[in-house]
Amino acid sequence: MASNNRPLSPHLQVYKPQLTTFMSITHRATGIALAVGTLMLVCWLIAAATGETAFNEVQAFLGSIVGRLLLLGWSFALFYHLCNGLRHLFWDAGKGFEIETAYMTGRIVIAASILLTIGAWLWGYAAMGVI
Amino acid sequence: MSLRSPLGKVRGLGSAKEGVAHWWAQRMTAVALVPLMIWFVASICAMTGADYDAVRTWIATPMVSIMLVLLTLAVFHHAQLGLQVVLEDYVHTEWLKIASIAIVKFAAIGLAVASIFSIVKIALG
Repeated sequence: MASNNRPLSPHLQVYKPQLTTFMSITHRATGIALAVGTLMLVCWLIAAATGETAFNEVQAFLGSIVGRLLLLGWSFALFYHLCNGLRHLFWDAGKGFEIETAYMTGRIVIAASILLTIGAWLWGYAAMGVI
Repeated sequence: MSLRSPLGKVRGLGSAKEGVAHWWAQRMTAVALVPLMIWFVASICAMTGADYDAVRTWIATPMVSIMLVLLTLAVFHHAQLGLQVVLEDYVHTEWLKIASIAIVKFAAIGLAVASIFSIVKIALG
């Protein structure tokens, strides 16, 4: 019979933290963050469908410091989840399982998500005419 | 001859007869989301600072409306499939697990309907 106090295997706390494990849990964390972020997207769409006053209120929030920090977090989460998701799709196809390859693609994913986040924000500020 | 125990049969344990449907749907929505998300993020970046009228004009463009509806469907299907797996992994109290998964699924459907209705309302004026 199943019992609730049996030892769990593997013991997470005895393993040395590795890039691959860190990236795996980050994939999940960014997925959850993005799911929460859809609430903001839906608010924005409903506001656009409701009227100018509602839309301007949502835009004002998104333009505030808190709004921009949230958007920064969500944009990084999106690029990370997108890039690492492609890495997972290659794994699903049975490719890239060699340890060296897994580490190399991991580093590429981290670099790409940081660069894409910076690029997207530069593009946004350029579109606003700020830079 | 079945190798399953009578108790296992009665409790309905064993294969759920679903095969890889959940896993496959998660991957297919992921593949669909790659181009949809690149398009969406690029569009939002290019429109940063756009006012109410500009945003509504953009959403009302037929190709944009269609892409936004497709994006909404893929996003919420993918999100609820993923959150379901997370809840199944970490919530070990049976009633709480079932309840939280149900809430996630209801929320995903509600939010998707709200998005699609908003897009269609703007698109049809």
